[in-house]
Amino acid sequence: MLPATLPLLGMPLSGAGAGVADGAAGESVLPPAGLALLRWQWHEVEAPYLVAVWILVASLAKIVFHLSRKVTSVVPESCLLILLGLVLGGIVLAVAKKAEYQLEPGTFFLFLLPPIVLDSGYFMPSRLFFDNLGAILTYAVVGTLWNSFTTGAALWGIQQAGLMAPTVRAGLLDFLLFGSLISAVDPVAVLAVFEEVHVNETLFIIVFGESLLNDAVTVVLYKVYNSFVEMGSVNVQAIDYVKGVASLFVVSLGGAAVGLVFAFLLALTTRFTKRVRIIEPLLVFLLAYAAYLTAEMASLSAILAVTMCGVGCKKYVEANISHKSRTAVKYTMKTLASCAETVIFMLLGISAVDSSKWAWDTGLVLGTLFFILLFRALGVVLQTWVLNQFRLVPLDKIDQVVMSYGGLRGAVAFALVILLDKTKVPAKDYFVATTIVVVFFTVIVQGLTIKPLVKWLKVKRSDHHKPTLNQELHEHTFDHILAAVEDVVGHHGYHYWRDRWEQFDKKYLSQLLMRRSAYRIRDQIWDVYYKLNIRDAISFVDQGGHVLSSSGLTLPSMPSRNSAAETSVTNLLRESGSGACLDLQVIDTVRSGKDREDAIMHHLLSGGLYKPRRRYKASCSRHFISEDAQARQDKEVFQQNMKRRLESFKSTKHNVCLSKSKLRLRKAGRKKDGSADKDTPNGKPHRASNLPDTAAVILAVESEEESDSSETEKEDDEGIVFVARATNEVFREHKVPGSMEVCPSPRIIPPSPTCAEKELPWKSGQGDLAVYVSSETTKIVPVDMQTGWNQSISSLESLASPPCAQAALRAAHPLACAPPRGDELRDPLAALVTPSPEPHAGFTFAPSLAKAGRSRSESSADAPEQQELQPLMAPEDRGCLSPGTANARWLIQFNRAGRL
Amino acid sequence: MGSSQSTSEEVRELVGKTGFSSDQIEQLHRRFKQLSGNQLTIRNLRKAPTGLADEINFEDFLTIMSYFRPIETNMDEEQLEHCRKEKLRFLFHMYDSDSDGRITLEEYRNVVEELLSGNPHIEKESARSIADGAMMEAASVCVGQMQPDQVYEGITFDDFLKIWQGIDIETKMHVRFLNMETIALCH
Repeated sequence: MLPATLPLLGMPLSGAGAGVADGAAGESVLPPAGLALLRWQWHEVEAPYLVAVWILVASLAKIVFHLSRKVTSVVPESCLLILLGLVLGGIVLAVAKKAEYQLEPGTFFLFLLPPIVLDSGYFMPSRLFFDNLGAILTYAVVGTLWNSFTTGAALWGIQQAGLMAPTVRAGLLDFLLFGSLISAVDPVAVLAVFEEVHVNETLFIIVFGESLLNDAVTVVLYKVYNSFVEMGSVNVQAIDYVKGVASLFVVSLGGAAVGLVFAFLLALTTRFTKRVRIIEPLLVFLLAYAAYLTAEMASLSAILAVTMCGVGCKKYVEANISHKSRTAVKYTMKTLASCAETVIFMLLGISAVDSSKWAWDTGLVLGTLFFILLFRALGVVLQTWVLNQFRLVPLDKIDQVVMSYGGLRGAVAFALVILLDKTKVPAKDYFVATTIVVVFFTVIVQGLTIKPLVKWLKVKRSDHHKPTLNQELHEHTFDHILAAVEDVVGHHGYHYWRDRWEQFDKKYLSQLLMRRSAYRIRDQIWDVYYKLNIRDAISFVDQGGHVLSSSGLTLPSMPSRNSAAETSVTNLLRESGSGACLDLQVIDTVRSGKDREDAIMHHLLSGGLYKPRRRYKASCSRHFISEDAQARQDKEVFQQNMKRRLESFKSTKHNVCLSKSKLRLRKAGRKKDGSADKDTPNGKPHRASNLPDTAAVILAVESEEESDSSETEKEDDEGIVFVARATNEVFREHKVPGSMEVCPSPRIIPPSPTCAEKELPWKSGQGDLAVYVSSETTKIVPVDMQTGWNQSISSLESLASPPCAQAALRAAHPLACAPPRGDELRDPLAALVTPSPEPHAGFTFAPSLAKAGRSRSESSADAPEQQELQPLMAPEDRGCLSPGTANARWLIQFNRAGRL
Repeated sequence: MGSSQSTSEEVRELVGKTGFSSDQIEQLHRRFKQLSGNQLTIRNLRKAPTGLADEINFEDFLTIMSYFRPIETNMDEEQLEHCRKEKLRFLFHMYDSDSDGRITLEEYRNVVEELLSGNPHIEKESARSIADGAMMEAASVCVGQMQPDQVYEGITFDDFLKIWQGIDIETKMHVRFLNMETIALCH
């Protein structure tokens, strides 16, 4: 319906810059005299250059506005931008002597509007939106119809009454046409103002949802009236009215359908972008824009299409794309939308200066202003009255006032009125002037006053509090309860159908549209949990390792999280993610040097061991963003910190990794198609029971990278991983049973290994030391267990001198001890894999021990233990193993060892 | 029809007690009979742990349902607060399965496990860890900084109220009860 052919922003610079630019443009026309050393090619770059400069000006203006907090807290940005536009327009007019650089409808509809609508659709709080869909639809459809009819008719009425100048030549149809375009609440204006006002979310979503959805109605009305006007009112048949009504449904439903189809495509496409992460954000934008253009092409409601696309795809897309892409999408979308919005308001201001298109009629202007306010209020009150009969939470008077007052008109109306054909609508100039006044009035006056009004009326504001896990849990429980109660009552209402939809979504849609790895983890509750974990961890690191409030907590009857089922070698290997893994857990010793050694290892690791990299290849890839070494190191140090933090967070959080690793394990299992995963029964289930406490946060942080983009990560980023582990026999015997939880595990630093250490006869142990280092850096991880094992075994054999304590131990625990030899290794391996039948239920932390352990591990001054490691350490390292400083040297040490 | 309808006195009493209109009571009664198979009580079919009622009669049924009544528009602050508290108390008892006034970790875990049981990809373990995390959070919300050897027993009702502070329960916990004859449509 809109002429799609428009130059981008066919206009030169503003103000003085425009003059220069014009002069330069003039020069470039001169015939070239010989070979010019430098040629001025303004015309070749004019269009894009201007676009860039406009956006730049708009952005700079935005920066300037926000320099003063005082101004922006009172005056909405949209007002300021319009005013700036007026000023700029005035300057251009004064310099160029003619008004230029208008807001062109084509530019507006094809380039400026889509980003804003996509942004609002994509970030629409969908739950809220659908909860209030009924009200939103009512206001959008009935309200807009009502507004346009009444406004149009009333204007026609005052014209008939002779209150307008006779030069306003317009019939009833013209007025109805005008009414249709002036009556629609504008999403851009509403968003700009309401985002700053912070009314409660129900109110916001109703006003905002209305402004988005009424587009369909506006488009239809506009088109129908326009064609009626063009046909001439005498030629309009009854059938045309019917068609007009039918087109309402076609346009709106068609637009929504287009949007949903594209949302589906988008979700499906992102499912397969695992290897080309870099184009993920692009896909989101492209397909959404394609939805917009397709709807526009079919003259359906494009706004509706792109809104539905955004709303529909978000869940799946967010689950599919990588974390970085998610951030990229978010920022790009916000940037584009904000740019577009800024430019729109500025151009609106500039367009208003052009008096050649104006024709002022006081009666028309005042009448329109009066009527749109009046009928908006009237419509809202009437509709709310009807809606409140059905709504369980009625909208009260204050809400209604804000809703009536929040009906801002904006650039959509302006663009539509510019599109009118002057030959068919003789009063176009009057309409343009009136529209500009209305837009300015609503955006500036109402925009300025709505904040004080909201304050004065004490409208319930939205309180932005951080989501809590409890809240999420309760709300979910709540949904289920409500659905159940509806079922009991026998009235299948909203909750019932929402429940049904969720079932369907879980069963089919998510399976189809989400990546396997994604739909496993994606659950709202899980999501919140995950985010909270990360947030906690980050704040922990920010605080420099200060122990959080909940850390010292003990919950009674905290059953163990042994569950050997998910601990296996595969698991271990997968966690190590990017390197070969040396597995000390197979060395099962009781009260031997091994234990001490393990403990030492843990202290080492807890000291923030940085994984050494064998290869630092200078990589420059267009397709993958590789972090630089510093970033990588930071990340790892961060993770180390997390680990330590976790240990203080005690047992609860440990389960994160359980499940995560389980996921991972599954994946590995799937890949290998049921190899040594869970099918090896063995008689030593408890052995694995202290494995699960792998670094939860590491997983949480890295999971995306590791599991999804593992290919890219692994190729250039492999390190040596040390895995050490003490056996739980030790702890069983010598510790409070509860502290089982905190016993050492490969990657997480035991919260209080010191408990064990204290009680174990460390000092008496012989100083034999075997730190096994595997230098394998090939990708053995999930792919082939067997190779992996062979490799680590061979490295074991080559590197480690078999500790003498083992022989004795082997006698005691034939299966448990793990000689560094391939054939015997299998058994313990199998043991690891075996699920544990009996969970250690119902123990608590021994708080004092835990405390002691924490304080000790925090101070990380484990001097006595460190000495045991001397063979590997450089002599000067003795006793100075503070987490930060010792890292580097340790790396070197280990690295050297690895290359043996 | 049923006993409650035969005497309007009884209906009136129920109206006063539960706040339903007599129309709604009639509807619910019809539904009740449908569910109970025209008996006077609904048997609890699930083999539930002790502490649950074996059967409920219509009045119990109504009482339970009345918790889900939408709030009245003309309530004042105090009534609202009361209403909110009542609703939350009901919820609290749903969590607190042994009704000892505390939601213990075990009870919380059960709830979370049930909640996540719909998703086959979330294992019990993660459900538990979520429950644990939530419990931690609750503890830190309600108790604040805890001593390391302090033990958080479980969420009491007061704590429960605190947790729910940010959520408008009164605008959410309600179900539409019909006045008119539409229940038949659902079957």
